[in-house]
Amino acid sequence: MIELVYFAWVRERIGEARESHETNAKTVHDLIEELKQKEERYAVTFSDLSAIRVAIDQDLVDMDSSIENAKEVAFFPPMTGG
Amino acid sequence: MKISVQAEPFDYGALSNAFAQGHTHVGAVVTFCGIVRDDDLGGLSTMEIEHYPGMTEKAIRAHAKTAKDRFSLAEVLVIHRYGSLKPGEMIMMVATAAPHRNDAFKGAEFLMDYLKSRAPFWKKEIVNGEPRWVDAKPEDEDALSRW
Repeated sequence: MIELVYFAWVRERIGEARESHETNAKTVHDLIEELKQKEERYAVTFSDLSAIRVAIDQDLVDMDSSIENAKEVAFFPPMTGG
Repeated sequence: MKISVQAEPFDYGALSNAFAQGHTHVGAVVTFCGIVRDDDLGGLSTMEIEHYPGMTEKAIRAHAKTAKDRFSLAEVLVIHRYGSLKPGEMIMMVATAAPHRNDAFKGAEFLMDYLKSRAPFWKKEIVNGEPRWVDAKPEDEDALSRW
């Protein structure tokens, strides 16, 4: 079981800030494919992956990173700080 | 290093002044503050800044450490606000102290570039009553390549 957290318009499109998710996925990419199959709102949110950034346990990672030891996976748009 | 992610306003003058005191091996201090800017002729009423508690502090600390090592900074200060801000309010500040000014300037610029696109903040503008997320700019990403 992993925690999924969402920020900014990713959070708004999915409709929640956080959820627990049972997964068989090995990588971030697999996890996204799994979510897209689950419900339309995920398919819409993850339709353009160039607009999505990912963090595993609060570190920025690539889409092909392993989630096998992950506790928390976060999805959000490119950051706009400063 | 002093890092603060906070909703409350900060006193730029007092913090800058305190930051510049008490060093004997520092010849240069650079301070920068970012301000909420209205690009829409008075249409911007509010800027809402969302962040990822925990990761924000971790990311800022990592980038501040990199800047400190790379530019031989004696001290680094980063303050970044979140929540609901009005045009003209200060969003964030960076201060760097180094023996020489070139490193202090470069360290501050490096940090600013990284905070812009590698610290988990997202800006939403309320313009003429309509909310819209601020898009990341390709030039912000390009800015990282110079480091």
